[in-house]
Amino acid sequence: MTTGDLLRVEGLTKAYPGVVANSDVSFAIKPGEVHALLGENGAGKSTLVKMIYGLVRPDHGRMLLRGAEYAPAEPRAARASGVAMVFQHFSLFEALNVAENVALGMENPPKLRELAGKIRQVSQDYGLPLDPSRMVGDLSAGERQRVEIIRCLLQDPKLLIMDEPTSVLTPQEVEILFQTLRQLSAEGTAILYISHKLEEIRALCDEATILRRGKVVATCTPRDRSAREMAELMVGTVLTPPARSGTAKGAVALEVAGLTVDSPIPFGTSLKNVSFKVQRGEVLGIAGVAGNGQDELLLALSGELRSGVDAVQIAGVGMGTAGPNERRRAGLVSAPEERLGHAAAPDMSLVENALLSGDTRKGLTRHGFIDWGKTRAFAEEIVKEFDVRTPGTWVAARALSGGNLQKFVVGRELSQAPSVIVINQPTWGVDASAAAAIRQAILDRAAEGAAVVVISQDLDELLEIADRFAALNEGRLSAPRPVQGLTIDEIGLMMGGAHGMEVAHGHA
Amino acid sequence: MMLGGINPAVLIASLMVAAVPIILAAIGELVVEKAGVLNLGVEGMMIMGAICGFAAAVATGSPLMGFVGGALGGAALSVIFALLTQFLMANQVATGLALTLFGLGLSSLIGQGYVGIKPPPTARLDLGPLSDIPVLGTILFRHDVMVYVSVAAVAVVWAVLRYTRTGLVLRAVGENHDAAHALGYHVIRIRFLAILFGGAMAGLGGAYLSLIRVPQWTDGITAGAGWIALAIVVFASWKPWRVLLGAYLFGGIAVLQLNLQAAGARIPVEYLSMSPYLITILVLVIMSADKSRAAAAAPAALGKNFHASR
Amino acid sequence: MVMLEKRPNPSRFWTAATPVLAVVLTMIAGGVMFAILGKNPLEAIRTIFWDPLFGEFAWYFRGQLLVKAGPLILIAVGLSLGFRAGIWNIGAEGQYIMGAIFGAAVGLAFYPMEAWFIFPLMVIAGAFGGWLWAMIPAVLRTRFRTNEILVSLLLVYVAQSILSSMALGALRNPEGGGFPGSRNLSQYPSAANGELIAGSGMHWGVVAAFIAVIAAYVLLQRHILGFHIRLAGQAPRAARFAGVSPNRLVLLCMGISGALAGLAGLFEVSGPAGQISIDFASGYGFTAIIVAFLGRLNPVGILLAGLLMALTYIGGENASTNLGLPSASIQAFQGMLLFFLLAVDLLSNYRLRLSNRETA
Repeated sequence: MTTGDLLRVEGLTKAYPGVVANSDVSFAIKPGEVHALLGENGAGKSTLVKMIYGLVRPDHGRMLLRGAEYAPAEPRAARASGVAMVFQHFSLFEALNVAENVALGMENPPKLRELAGKIRQVSQDYGLPLDPSRMVGDLSAGERQRVEIIRCLLQDPKLLIMDEPTSVLTPQEVEILFQTLRQLSAEGTAILYISHKLEEIRALCDEATILRRGKVVATCTPRDRSAREMAELMVGTVLTPPARSGTAKGAVALEVAGLTVDSPIPFGTSLKNVSFKVQRGEVLGIAGVAGNGQDELLLALSGELRSGVDAVQIAGVGMGTAGPNERRRAGLVSAPEERLGHAAAPDMSLVENALLSGDTRKGLTRHGFIDWGKTRAFAEEIVKEFDVRTPGTWVAARALSGGNLQKFVVGRELSQAPSVIVINQPTWGVDASAAAAIRQAILDRAAEGAAVVVISQDLDELLEIADRFAALNEGRLSAPRPVQGLTIDEIGLMMGGAHGMEVAHGHA
Repeated sequence: MMLGGINPAVLIASLMVAAVPIILAAIGELVVEKAGVLNLGVEGMMIMGAICGFAAAVATGSPLMGFVGGALGGAALSVIFALLTQFLMANQVATGLALTLFGLGLSSLIGQGYVGIKPPPTARLDLGPLSDIPVLGTILFRHDVMVYVSVAAVAVVWAVLRYTRTGLVLRAVGENHDAAHALGYHVIRIRFLAILFGGAMAGLGGAYLSLIRVPQWTDGITAGAGWIALAIVVFASWKPWRVLLGAYLFGGIAVLQLNLQAAGARIPVEYLSMSPYLITILVLVIMSADKSRAAAAAPAALGKNFHASR
Repeated sequence: MVMLEKRPNPSRFWTAATPVLAVVLTMIAGGVMFAILGKNPLEAIRTIFWDPLFGEFAWYFRGQLLVKAGPLILIAVGLSLGFRAGIWNIGAEGQYIMGAIFGAAVGLAFYPMEAWFIFPLMVIAGAFGGWLWAMIPAVLRTRFRTNEILVSLLLVYVAQSILSSMALGALRNPEGGGFPGSRNLSQYPSAANGELIAGSGMHWGVVAAFIAVIAAYVLLQRHILGFHIRLAGQAPRAARFAGVSPNRLVLLCMGISGALAGLAGLFEVSGPAGQISIDFASGYGFTAIIVAFLGRLNPVGILLAGLLMALTYIGGENASTNLGLPSASIQAFQGMLLFFLLAVDLLSNYRLRLSNRETA
């Protein structure tokens, strides 16, 4: 046993009914080390860090912190031992201000006024500018992350856990975050860095532990390995990038002209003068950091959010005031980001979920009366065509895994012979093989002559499948440009660059 | 000074009395809703408080014990709500309705032996010379202790929500229970306690009705006061001092229409007695018509059940 | 330590079994309540649940069963549509009263003329009155996002005031010697809703209730509108994605439930009650909420639940005359039934697991 380890994890196992999330996981982190935890969605990364942070108790195994037995019963205990965590989602309160949010994550917070001073101090020291009195709901995704990081830093952590921190940042912001993390590491803080982005890990991390299906499959030094090697360790198979055929582009199928709408979502982002055209056979990729108007754009295109008549034109016909079903009739299908609750009803069967958006184009009702036989056949067709793993079509949507439900939802839309396809986050939270299948299906439809708009926060995905590229930033869309010849720097600037943070780090 | 046979100072004094049950119930419900729970059973908890308080006061001969009993009665009923919604994941709207229906039935069952009895009287606070100040004395210094308690309750709830860690955690739980859970707060426990507090306050309000305001026991004594308290929370945009304002506004209308009835106004009694409800509806409409305010003020997790998954 | 675990699929067995379990648990808890009141619990339960159906006076009670169940089922079917869509009309009592007033007013306007069209006109007026009263919260919700729960409920108190004003004023029987209350419609043949089969308790309201059950069943199972109602309640955002307009749904569901409650009021005032009087409102509108939930918001379930709830009414009256059981106890009993139902409802969506909380 090495005495120099800050945290040692030995044989951690956690099982949930039907799944073993972690099986006999062991690894160790030294003080000041940046350690990557690498794995696909569903590989068990989250469960593992939740055990370290005291949110979940392991079934077997033990943890040692600075050589002493460590078994946090709750996050409070973990924080008291010097373990802090920056969450990917759900740990901020939109209607509370920055200082209140920070106070909630601390054991013994000082008076709010004092705390505000400390927040200003720390944010300056680490190049993370933040105004303590602002409402968190009004902050950008990057700023929200700063709130979480500062909340952790104020407790002087020995180990900082970061769960997929760069998914909400522009490339420029990522660089600034990395500077902050390197500074922390130099000061002796160990960082457990969770990601599936290989280039980032190669740039930042000293050591990596790779998880697959809940087990440690390899440990390595990222700088010594190629991204491809690590990808194959992570996925377990050799991946082939989607095949695309250079189809000729056809007529303009979707035109958005000066689209300006208020967001219906509390603390949402309004769309401001968004314009673009998509031709048949073409894939337009729309990038952007979360919360810059992606959800609103999907709503405005699907018809859930109405605009001026000519702001949205399908095949030259103004449809801005039409509802979802009228737009479907005109040939536009859409798949929202949130699978459970928006694209699908969690407690309804796959048959009922097939009816949800398939009614108009598949003719599943007559005089309003549902043809259940035909609907069942449609659901079965989707399941077969898109390789949805399910015991049957009677199963409730919530019983499917994320990847399978996404295949069902995307499959349902693509099976309707659409002329325009709009998809938000087609492969979010989906494992690599399902993601590859979904991307291939989208490209196939484009090859058959559909105009496709893919909204995604995954730049690699967009660069892989899009012909042209644009980015949303605070509700505005940059002018679309051909993907070929774009550099990461240019993409970053389209996404809003560092959102004015460069100056801050200059002083640090 | 008299206006059409109505003395404004007496009117203000009596509207403060009329508002007490609503203030108490509404400020309790405000805390419950701030924690993210919608308990529509206020009417049921109030009427349980009214009968339990009445019974306790009659049994002990002490109005103070009456109020304690009222609070306990309301809290006891709210425990059912808390168990069903927090541990058994029952729908909050349905459970709240059930609470009201059950409370109305049970109170009338318990109350059978108490019809026609007078409760022990509650003494007015003796404030000496203050009470003798003209006009102001009548308005402010000739009340029973509960009038002052109700105002103090509003002040305390306001201060706790705004300045204390308890208040901050409570608001956080009502805003985003998943985040609060991730930070290690006990969502269920906090909500359970908030519901209990709401029940006790509603019970106290009910006891005020049967012990001081009416004062006797009749079936259905609350006559919708619990629902009006719920409406006042919305009217107040979940802000404590506005609860006081809303309740005084409502109290004013209730007292005014009673005075008009007594003064023999030419409007039929039935139309006067429906006016408080109509005005409550009107106020609700005005408040909810303002889109930005209504959406931003409500706790984000209001009415949603929390179940810690993996 | 008992843990809850969400089922991947709702359990079909428990969905059907929970109401039965709730009834059994309520009987046990009710028995305890009766024992506390100093009554023999077994005798009380028998008096409430057995005697009305199979006892000495069953011939009388069985007819009463349909008389009580009719309005409950009619109102509950309407409410269940809204409840499924997440639209909470809890002011059915007010819509019931307004239906009765509108319907009775039309009938009384024609008095003493005898004509075949009077009763149909009254039916239309009754449905219209309930619909109109339900449209107030519906329109306020769609126009101003005002909470429909509070508005519909507060309007019950307004409707009660209007009822007493009608009984004392506009609709008072001019030949009634100054007593409050309207003319007796059951003694006015063209406006009377009499028994269709003597002794059965079957009147037009019961027929309407059966029709409503069948129509609601077809709507929910076979029609896209019913699908949209279910969808809106389970996943509001998915409903919008499916092209459902939330406002239209509010107007529709509130409208249907209001009209059905109004019909129930009309059939009651022209039949069993006979006249507009101050104490006409008997709480059917509130009890129907219990019926809707007890029937699991399913039309067939509501039919059974309505009959059961009618039985507790009749049995309760029976127990109050024979055993001196306070009549309020039956109301508490009904509330308890709803509690138990909500509590055991958990079993259809969650699985209980025993887990020994290990020390890590």
